[in-house]
Amino acid sequence: MSVADHTAEKKAFRLSMLIYDTRYRSITIQVIALIALIFVAAWLVSNTLSNLEALDKELGFGFLSEPASYDINQKLIEYDSRSSHGRAALVGILNTLLVAVMGCVLATVIGVTAGVARLSHNWIIARLMTVYIEMFRNIPVLLWIVLIMAVVIETLPVPRSFKGEDAVSSMLFGDAVAITNRGIYFPKPLFNDGSMIVVATFILSIVGIFVFGRWAKKRQAATGEILPTGWIKTGIFFVPAILMFFIMGMPIGLEYPVFKGFNFKGGYQMRNSLIALWLALSFYTGAFIAEAVRAGIQAVSKGQSEAAAALGLRPKRVMNLVILPQALRVIIPPLISQYLNLTKNSSLAIVVGYMDITATLGGITLNQTGREMESLLLLMGMYLSISISVSIVMNWYNESIKMRER
Amino acid sequence: MANQSYVRTEMLGEKPPPSSQVGIFKWVMENLFSSIPNIIMSVLSIWAVYYVLSGFMPWFFQSSWDATSLSGCREHIAQKYGEGVEGACWAVIRERWPQLVFGFYPRELYWRPVAALILLFVAISPILFTSVPRKILLFSMVYPFLGFFLLWGGSIWLPLSAMAGFVIGYFALGMLPKMIGSLGATIAAGVLPIIYWLLISGPVISGLNSIAPIGIESIDSDQMGGFMLSITIGVTGIALSLPIGVLLALGRQSPLLIVKTICVTFIEFIRGVPLITLLFVASVLLNYFLPPGTNFDLVLRVMIMVTFFAAAYMAEVIRGGLAALPKGQYEAADALGLDYWKATRLIIMPQALKISIPNIVSNFIGLFKDTTLVSIVGLLDPMGLSRAILADQNWNGIVWELYAFIAILFWVFTFGMSRYSMYLERKLKTSH
Repeated sequence: MSVADHTAEKKAFRLSMLIYDTRYRSITIQVIALIALIFVAAWLVSNTLSNLEALDKELGFGFLSEPASYDINQKLIEYDSRSSHGRAALVGILNTLLVAVMGCVLATVIGVTAGVARLSHNWIIARLMTVYIEMFRNIPVLLWIVLIMAVVIETLPVPRSFKGEDAVSSMLFGDAVAITNRGIYFPKPLFNDGSMIVVATFILSIVGIFVFGRWAKKRQAATGEILPTGWIKTGIFFVPAILMFFIMGMPIGLEYPVFKGFNFKGGYQMRNSLIALWLALSFYTGAFIAEAVRAGIQAVSKGQSEAAAALGLRPKRVMNLVILPQALRVIIPPLISQYLNLTKNSSLAIVVGYMDITATLGGITLNQTGREMESLLLLMGMYLSISISVSIVMNWYNESIKMRER
Repeated sequence: MANQSYVRTEMLGEKPPPSSQVGIFKWVMENLFSSIPNIIMSVLSIWAVYYVLSGFMPWFFQSSWDATSLSGCREHIAQKYGEGVEGACWAVIRERWPQLVFGFYPRELYWRPVAALILLFVAISPILFTSVPRKILLFSMVYPFLGFFLLWGGSIWLPLSAMAGFVIGYFALGMLPKMIGSLGATIAAGVLPIIYWLLISGPVISGLNSIAPIGIESIDSDQMGGFMLSITIGVTGIALSLPIGVLLALGRQSPLLIVKTICVTFIEFIRGVPLITLLFVASVLLNYFLPPGTNFDLVLRVMIMVTFFAAAYMAEVIRGGLAALPKGQYEAADALGLDYWKATRLIIMPQALKISIPNIVSNFIGLFKDTTLVSIVGLLDPMGLSRAILADQNWNGIVWELYAFIAILFWVFTFGMSRYSMYLERKLKTSH
């Protein structure tokens, strides 16, 4: 009787089984979620369409080829006010990447120094680093950006003070670099005929350094001999390029900035907004990196360095071969996410007037053309693609350094 | 032969250790001057500290608290400390203090945000400290509506009616299982309040308003500003982002493919873009997505976006906690016969949340700092106000004082939060 009941139950499908039977429940929930999602999406799209219709707007990216008619003062590629909105966006993207890369480099330097110094046995150094970290981590980055901008404008000399015979301020490195409150002016390399050969030699010698490094490692593994790789690599880095530079008759020159009229002319200018943004982002992110570095170093147990010393390794090799590889495994993931944070925070450039992608595409272009939807979609897509490509690289890296456990 | 041996009959008194091995001298030698590089670094650091303080301290203290403009400040400082002394003009803080704290909230109604803040501390006290009586938790549940009523004012029936929706949901969850089964009750608890809010509450509110128009003066969002706005946005974001983040994290770990995809897409999208672009969406784009004619105010839109933003980050933090939990915990919960929600609520979440406390709090700190970004979309938080004050004719030329003041206030809040997280970690530590 009961057996018959059981089989009957198995065969018959009742509607309530969709809810109470764990075999079907997950499907039910997913179908409901999907229907709800489609419903919400359709609702949003229909709202958007009717709103756009009411405003008499059409979606389209044609505005990108219209002339932008605004100026961008800090640019890496040719741009003037007759260029298109698309070009302005490109200038913005490059500016974002410029400050992001510069910021990541400086933040790493600051962060690693501060993180190591915080663990120093020197009491006052450790305390100073704690003060730095707690100060920068606990105050909004937006405030740091405007504050450092104010410091740059208020404390650095005005360009006028470089003028005349009895100038108040003087340029650094033999009239090459001028630090003013409008920005830093530095020489611009001029590439004449034959300079390409010098550049190519330089690139080749960098490739050569890598090849040599691999070869030296292989040789060490095979024979046990250790070459003075540091010196040889430095030699490969400098000697061929410098030789070629003189052989080709010094084809690369420098254009120095010169004070003319009211301001410096010639050379490159790194505007004060870029400097302020760069320093603020670097110091802010550096404080977070310092904490990551400290955590990474403390995560390597003391037994590791003691065991390495017992094996007879010298302190430098203990650091390079035992401590760092293990600490890096802990440090790298938060470090990468700090790099991403720095890149995203660079969108605050807008408060100091640095023309990054947010200020061009999401700022002036958006306001001039009234294309909110398209501009913001492009803007978000651009940041998303940076983040996603960095996280793909990071996942690949994490996979490659993962501890192989058996 | 005389006995030449000598035996001391009494003990010598203990001698103090050599002076190089005790007290401050030893400490200084060990911690500051142990080696030549150390000596150089210590001297350089001491010089740097002296340099900064010697420049900063006179400016900080030779200041004027009592003036109505920057030139007044300068005169006052010159009179008091002599010509040519550069001093801080704190008078700007003193004059603009109400504005920096309350924005353009009507002066005679300042008691409302103050009361809301004090009650906020009462409401969160049972959550922060276990020694506070549990009964206060009831008040914590009422607080969101009370806080909204105090800050925005208006008719009392609106928050009461919104609260009634939750009460309906609560009773549906409590009473209905006997009639239509537990799953039906859960669905009803979700659906009934929504039906109530969408269809019934509107007429009920207007009906009650016409019968008994009880309420206090209504305040527009654009009158709010200053730290009050920062705290309002921050607290709302913190309170809402945690539950949403928990749900997102669970969704991301779920074996249900569609739910998982939705959660992953949401989290990765939000985490991939800067907050400022989301705020732009809130300020110029959100109205496109809503039915034509809807227009709710910018502060609310910004709060929604900040909450989403924080929730995505929170989800990642909690996912970390979930991943750090040993697999045996999940299996033990299954072995006890607990269903998914019971296992999550009783076994998994308490431990996962405990593991992630430091990161949750640092997320909260990040969220609170990020509230300054709302100044870019035109809200008057302290940063937005500082720009307005700097543009004022009387205070034109002031630079450091306002920024320093805002920085100090933010620092106090965020540093306090990080100390609390350390206290919580210590308290919840169960290992030895």
